[in-house]
Amino acid sequence: MANMKLTKTAMSLQDAEIRCHNFEEVALGYKKEEAMEEAMRCLHCAHAPCISGCPVGIQIPSFIEQIAKGNEEEAYRIIALDSALPAVCGRVCPQESQCESKCVRGIKGEAVAIGRLERYAADAHLQKGKQMDGKRQNNGHKIAIVGAGPSGLTCAKDLAMKGYAVTIFEALHEAGGVLVYGIPEFRLPKTIVQHEIEGLKQLGVRIETDMVIGRVISVDELMEEEGYEAVYLASGAGLPRFLHLPGENLKGVYSANEFLTRINLMKAYQQDSETPIQHASKVIVVGGGNVAMDAARCARRLGAEVHIVYRRSMDELPARKEEVEHAQEEGIIFDLLHNPICVHGDENGWIKAVECVRMELGEPDESGRRRPQEVKDSAFLIEADCMIVAIGTSPNPLLHKTTPHLETNAKGGIITDENGATSKQGVFAGGDAVSGAATVILAMGAGKKAAAAIDAYVQEQAIHSKNM
Amino acid sequence: MFEILEKESLNPTVTKMVVKAPLIAKKAQPGQFIILRAEENGERIPLTIADYDREAGTITIIFQIVGKTTMRLQDLSVGEPLPTFVGPLGSASEIKGLKKVAVIGGGVGCAIAYPLAKALHEQGTIVHTVTGFRNRDLVILEEAFTKVSDRYELISDDGSTGRKGLVTDVLREWIEQGERYDEVIAIGPLAMMKFVSLLTKRYGIKTIVSMNPIMIDGTGMCGGCRISVGGEVKFACVDGPDFDGHLVDFDEAISRSATYRAFEARKREEYCQLMGKKEA
Repeated sequence: MANMKLTKTAMSLQDAEIRCHNFEEVALGYKKEEAMEEAMRCLHCAHAPCISGCPVGIQIPSFIEQIAKGNEEEAYRIIALDSALPAVCGRVCPQESQCESKCVRGIKGEAVAIGRLERYAADAHLQKGKQMDGKRQNNGHKIAIVGAGPSGLTCAKDLAMKGYAVTIFEALHEAGGVLVYGIPEFRLPKTIVQHEIEGLKQLGVRIETDMVIGRVISVDELMEEEGYEAVYLASGAGLPRFLHLPGENLKGVYSANEFLTRINLMKAYQQDSETPIQHASKVIVVGGGNVAMDAARCARRLGAEVHIVYRRSMDELPARKEEVEHAQEEGIIFDLLHNPICVHGDENGWIKAVECVRMELGEPDESGRRRPQEVKDSAFLIEADCMIVAIGTSPNPLLHKTTPHLETNAKGGIITDENGATSKQGVFAGGDAVSGAATVILAMGAGKKAAAAIDAYVQEQAIHSKNM
Repeated sequence: MFEILEKESLNPTVTKMVVKAPLIAKKAQPGQFIILRAEENGERIPLTIADYDREAGTITIIFQIVGKTTMRLQDLSVGEPLPTFVGPLGSASEIKGLKKVAVIGGGVGCAIAYPLAKALHEQGTIVHTVTGFRNRDLVILEEAFTKVSDRYELISDDGSTGRKGLVTDVLREWIEQGERYDEVIAIGPLAMMKFVSLLTKRYGIKTIVSMNPIMIDGTGMCGGCRISVGGEVKFACVDGPDFDGHLVDFDEAISRSATYRAFEARKREEYCQLMGKKEA
């Protein structure tokens, strides 16, 4: 008998007053009874619309059925068939606009809490401390993956499951990409990322850190000299955008990338960290996306009064609703319909104020959102000793610059066909390096698709060479 | 892991290390840099490649002990590994086709100026070199520069060795004497590179400087190393580290380089206390 409650089973959170002073996880996850109760809300629709909303196609009703029966390990096994990073996706996927948006229960009431259930199954599995079944029979083919973020890790897992010898090359000293340098500990604990990566290694995936492909080895060399039959480029959208305002190079002005990397990858929030971060008293975060929320909430935890400055209104904020709510609960102030025009500094070169203008919304633009327009003579100063620019990132140009015949579009994204094949034979690409900044799960979807395409390509090449 | 193969003290505050890094050695070019961590959980710091040996598979770095990370690096012994040593990063220096060049080195910057002077000399360029140090104890590479320079002058701030004065005094004299340079290459403290650039701008001599700002990843991701060049924002890690000295906003770069000075001083003091050392 299904649980016909109209709302999701609540998940407990760390109290906002307490959590805004620590970096521990905000959402605490379901207990077994809560998970089973929520799982009972699934109607097991024959057409399972939720699956079509999942970029990696997880068999959602099947895993939920197992949770309802109390078999979380079996639920995990079903999720892991399609997702390389279950514990990560259960936390950071925008489920409300994906699987849960298709849920029949959402027509009247709230959708089934698919994300929370996914997280529950993954965490239960992690607590048991055992990894998935081990290495597959090697099929004798070598594949290189550039970038150990969500896209590269997903592609690696799918290929390793098919028996490929996969090596991931990572530029930083730790694997995980945005999962380790971008998303904060309080949203995604790093031990969980490490555990997922450990699982990949058990499958036989090799991860080489400190390797900047394009500098130390080129893509051509990987294929011609190192014997890799195909390469998957998943180098992400690492290049931060700035506002190009006067005063943007003053001390105390950061890109969100730098601010978050110092805190997350380099652990600058910890007292004994070797990497410094400014502990500001008043921080302006420019932007309205998830990265802006992450930066704002980190700055808050370092002790600052934090203002989000965004040029449109609450309705247009691109961040997940849940993130905005959590930020508000933690005391982040939203200065909406504001736009910075100049950064003012003191005599020592530190930022002291941000000059903003007020905005109003006009007609919808090509994105369908109402276009913000400046209100005349509305300029005013907001005092601040730190500003974080979180207005997006572009694909890193390094691979394009160092790989002949790799075509990119006007925005710097690598051009691919629908399966991830680039203009260069044997080279595939996906994730933010292709799309520009998007979500973890879309990057994973691209990695999955590319893994299938790489498999087809390598097998076809093998048949071809046999017939020669 | 990247093993330290040799370690040599060049003066009380400057150390040379040879590190095993065959892949980087295979690709390194003069002017490029590496990023290292001296210990797990350590800070990432950029250091310009002072030399490389493709056959031996080694990279040479020369660093000045300025903060905790460089102190920690200095305390490592031959045979110990560095947890992170990534590169070669940045763009290589462009020196092809130059007929006559003045190389100006200041302090530990001479460690980076030297391989360039050597490469210029080896390709047949006439090299005039001025190197400047605070005092006699800090002089490095005097003999090495003498060998690759057609004209060489050593300068110290206090006159305890060589001529007393500033590197710009000598460069101005040489230019006034009628020396004509295709290019001046200045590598050293920001203030020195600023004043060399101001001088050469007056004479209209193209000047290249090597910027070494604060950075984290070295691949263009953090934007912490941004500098203003001719009114445009450039990332030293991918667009540089070499830039046209006449276009660089040095005052901004000097200001930005001091962002974490208080933190750095505290870390250095803590480390000195921990290790029972006297503050340098």
